[in-house]
Amino acid sequence: MKHLMALLFALLTVTQIQAQDAIAILNKVDENMNSNSNTTKSDMVIYGRRNSRTVTSIGYAEGKNKSFSEYLAPEREKGTKMLKIEGYLWVYSPSTDRTIQLSGHMLKQSLMGSDLSYEDIMENRKLIDMYNAEVVGDETIDGRKTWVLQLKAKVDDATYDSRKLWVDAERYVPLKEELYAKSGQLLKKTVMSDIKQIDGRWYPTKMNYKDMLKDGKGTDFIVLEINFDAEIPDYIFSKASLKK
Amino acid sequence: MKMALQMAFKNLIGAGLRTWLNVSVLSFCFIVIVFYNGFLNGWQKQGRLDAMNWEFAQGQLYHADYDPYDVFTIQDAHGSLPEGESQHLTPVLIQQATLYPNGRMNPILIKGIPLDQKVINLPIDLLAKSTADIPVFIGKRMAESAKLSEGDQVLLRWRDQYGTYDAANITIAGIFDTEVATIDQGQIWLTLDKLWKMTGLTDEATLYIADSQYQPQPISGWNFQSLNSLLKDFESAVQAERIGSMVIYLVLLGIGLLAIFDTQVLSVFRRQREIGTYIALGMTKNQVLKIFTVEGGMYSIFAGIVGMVIGAPLFYYTATQGINIGSSAEGMGVRMANIIYPAFGPGLVTGTLLVLVFSAKLVSFLPARKISKMNPVNALKGKLS
Repeated sequence: MKHLMALLFALLTVTQIQAQDAIAILNKVDENMNSNSNTTKSDMVIYGRRNSRTVTSIGYAEGKNKSFSEYLAPEREKGTKMLKIEGYLWVYSPSTDRTIQLSGHMLKQSLMGSDLSYEDIMENRKLIDMYNAEVVGDETIDGRKTWVLQLKAKVDDATYDSRKLWVDAERYVPLKEELYAKSGQLLKKTVMSDIKQIDGRWYPTKMNYKDMLKDGKGTDFIVLEINFDAEIPDYIFSKASLKK
Repeated sequence: MKMALQMAFKNLIGAGLRTWLNVSVLSFCFIVIVFYNGFLNGWQKQGRLDAMNWEFAQGQLYHADYDPYDVFTIQDAHGSLPEGESQHLTPVLIQQATLYPNGRMNPILIKGIPLDQKVINLPIDLLAKSTADIPVFIGKRMAESAKLSEGDQVLLRWRDQYGTYDAANITIAGIFDTEVATIDQGQIWLTLDKLWKMTGLTDEATLYIADSQYQPQPISGWNFQSLNSLLKDFESAVQAERIGSMVIYLVLLGIGLLAIFDTQVLSVFRRQREIGTYIALGMTKNQVLKIFTVEGGMYSIFAGIVGMVIGAPLFYYTATQGINIGSSAEGMGVRMANIIYPAFGPGLVTGTLLVLVFSAKLVSFLPARKISKMNPVNALKGKLS
């Protein structure tokens, strides 16, 4: 009985340590990936069945609740702007000169035909607020040692019931992420690459988002320029800036 | 009147080919008008019946947030009726989902209905025989568009009540054949219990289907849609088609009536001596006018008889065998069966004949009006007054 108690205690302790480690890892990842504010110029390469198209945009973000992006190319998307404040998203279309608010299930639609949904870019909450995490192993990806974190939703309304995250053990940058349905079915996969040190932090400058249920190469998100903790005027995050 | 009829009959028979040409044109109009109206009647009758049997029954009770024409309302429009209010109502829960047949993304609706429902013809009870984890029923149109066959397994992704994704393989347990595309295209059917379990929306429904004993009464948060209001769009489409087809009728009828008008103008001109003789023999001008008008009307009677002789076998054949219009209407969003059985009632045939008789009489009367202004002496001499 004593041995059993000791074994249980040891298991519990190991689990707690793993959970604490996982949270520490997630916090470090958060430090790398998030900043108070940033401006980003990026290309989104959307691969179709026959061809691909590239959408260039410039984005401004303050914390996780405010972001503004303007599409610069191609011609068809040029001038389209999106403003996200808290849980609300407005989209301005220059062709109609109208601003519409996306809400409810409109947010579940694909973002410009990509493998990302509006909802994917709307998630405000931190992973540690939504998931219980534990380190379930270590693997090597492209010669880099990674911690494998298993995340299980602790809130009812998480879009994905569980996630698996591969975090670079040295740089604390996620290199791969898998998103799962409640049934355990793999739904989406993200692969981060071209890790660069920018302003003292490690950051992936290329991300491939892939809907695992459909054919295709997914969508590449390539960071062309990024400035962390940039000064962003307040008016950027206002509805008035959509029509400017 | 008897004499007018006899004379008109003799004159028409005596005119030979000219009469039969006019009769041919008019009978063609008669057949086309009766046939097309019969087709529209059949379409309307069948569409209404199919909609009642397969989709609406005696009406539907919608959740207040549900708008079938706005897909964005579907996910959140669900609830349950207060205790005791669900008598004679069959619940249907509708949720959005994505089907992935052969790696293609296919947004669809998943609809759950009780296994023991009898209110519509959907043979959902056949799912009870399936041993699959998630057996579903799909229509033949859905099966064709998604390239699915009975027994196939395909991945389905949906969201639970909190918006969390779930996904699993579903099994096509059966494919049903219906003329109602709106319960077939872009949707799958499964038992309500299974859908409740999958989504966590236990005891909730998006709409309820009413049976014949249901008495509508105001229920907070729910709106009753009567059968007539549910069929309003369909009836409007049929009505619009009727109005559109009037143009064709008018053109056809115009051609036929023009031929009669032309014949009558020529008759009045060529038969002046005959007209003069009638008047000299003691007939009044009105009696002579009547002979010419009856002649015109008799064209349409002949046309009706010829039209029925030629048309009756055609009407009978199409009414019993139906007209296969294929799946051409499916993509247009119009409620239309693949095979339409035209409905030719006695009212339709009689009504069309009356229209023909009246209009033929009218166009015969107009040129014959000249007779009332004729001088009998000049008429006998064959001179126009």
